Amino acid sequence: MTTRISRDALAARVARDIPEGAVMNLGIGAPTRVANFLPDGLEVILHTENGMLGMGPEPEPGRVDPDLINAGKQPVTEQAGSAYFHHADSFAMMRGGHLDVCVLGAFQVSERGDLANWSTGAADSIPAVGGAMDLAIGAKQVFVMTDLFARSGEPKLVRECSYPLTGVRCVTRIYTDHAIFDVSPSGLSVTELFGDNTIEELRELTGLDLVDATTFSPSDRSHA
Amino acid sequence: MISKIVSGLDEAVSGISDGAVVMIGGFGRAGQPVELIDALLAHGAKDLTVINNNAGNGDTGLAALLAARRVRKMICSFPRQVDSQVFDGLYRAGEIELELVPQGNLAERIRAAGAGIGAFFTPTGVGTALAEGKETREINGRQYVLEYALPADVALVSALRADRWGNLVYRKTARNFGPIMAAAAATTVVQVDEIVELGAIDPESVVTPGIYVNHVVAVGERAWLREGEFVGAVSTEGAAS
Repeated sequence: MTTRISRDALAARVARDIPEGAVMNLGIGAPTRVANFLPDGLEVILHTENGMLGMGPEPEPGRVDPDLINAGKQPVTEQAGSAYFHHADSFAMMRGGHLDVCVLGAFQVSERGDLANWSTGAADSIPAVGGAMDLAIGAKQVFVMTDLFARSGEPKLVRECSYPLTGVRCVTRIYTDHAIFDVSPSGLSVTELFGDNTIEELRELTGLDLVDATTFSPSDRSHA
Repeated sequence: MISKIVSGLDEAVSGISDGAVVMIGGFGRAGQPVELIDALLAHGAKDLTVINNNAGNGDTGLAALLAARRVRKMICSFPRQVDSQVFDGLYRAGEIELELVPQGNLAERIRAAGAGIGAFFTPTGVGTALAEGKETREINGRQYVLEYALPADVALVSALRADRWGNLVYRKTARNFGPIMAAAAATTVVQVDEIVELGAIDPESVVTPGIYVNHVVAVGERAWLREGEFVGAVSTEGAAS
C-alpha cells in the first residue's frame, strides 16, 4: 500500500516552491488551494485570466462584489498594487511568456510533458477548453498538481496521453499525492517521494521508466 | 453636436437583423450586458451567431436568448458550467452549433478583427484537436497555428460609465471582453450604469475611446449588483472618473 498525502498537504508542498516575486496563475479547482499556503510575507502576484493581476483572497461575507471574480467565477478581492486589463491583454501575458508559473490540474501527463486536462473525449460530454491551452504553452514553468491515479485506478502519468491534448511538451513538473516528478529529456525523474513510497513501487504501478533523482534519504522525508 | 446616447434599450438594439453575428461581452455574469440581451430578446432577431466566452448561465441573459431559440450558433471557449443547462440541452439535442475556441485565441481573434489584422500565427492549440485542419508554420523553431480574425455585425457591451462621445470606463473584472469587442464589431452598443458630462472622464482613464462606440444607453445601477448573496459593500466609485 502506497502513501498518499492530502490535497492540502500537496498544495502546501507546491507553495513551498513558489519563489518571492513570482507572477503566478492558479488553475480552477485544486490548484487554487496553493494560494492558501503561500507563506506570510512572501510577495507573489496572482494573475487571473479574466483580467487582473494582484488578485486577493475571497472576500468577507457581505463584501462580495459581482464585478470582481476569478477565472472560476468565484468572488475575490483586490490587493494593493492590483491592475485590471482586457481579455486580449490577459492572454498576451500568458502567450507572451510573462507569467513565471502556472499550476494546472490534469487528466493525464505523458513522460514527454504532454498535458491532457480539458476533455475526456467522451461522446456525450459538452466540450469546454477555456484558457487551459493558453496557460499550458505560455507560462515559463507549468506545474501540474494531481493525484497520481485516477478514480478508476489508472495512472495519470503515461507514455502517451489517450485523452485529447491540451498542449505538447509543455509540463515542467508534476506534483502528485505520491511523489514529485520533473519532466527531463530522459523522461520522468522522481525528485521527491512522500511517506514510504519507493521508486520501484511507482515504476511498477505506472509502468514507466522513472529516473531516480531524489536527493533526500528516507529519514529526511519527515516533512512529507 | 456628437451624441451617441440613445434614450431606450429598444432603440439601442433596433438595428440588429435576423442572421446577425452578435458579440456579447462578459465572463460569466461579470460584464454581461443583461439589459441589452433582454432588449434583444424582446426585439425578436433570430438565427443569430453569438460570440461570448461562455454559453449562458442560469436562465437569464444569454441563457434566456438561447432558450428562446434565437441563436443558431455559439462561438465560445467554455460552454460547460454548473449552470449552463440551457445550452447543454440544446447542444445534446443537436439544436445549436458550437465553435469551440481556446480562450486566448478567441480574445486575440476578436482583437485582430478590431485592429485590421486578417489572421495571425499563435502557439496556443498546436498539436491539439482544436488545431486540426488548420494551417501551421514553424517560426524561429517553434510551431504555430493560423487563426483568423473574428469580426461581428454588432457588439453588446456593459461598462460602468460613458460620455456622449462614447468614451468608456469599466468596473473591475467586468471589463473582460468589452474593449476588444467594441473595436471588432461594425456597430457597438453599450449599456452603462451612468452617463456623465463630456470632459468628466479623465482622458488618462478612458479604457475604450469613443471611436469604437456607436450607441450608449444608461440603465442605472445594475439591479443584480446588490441582490441576494451580493448584498452590501459594492462601491461603483472604483474606476476613475
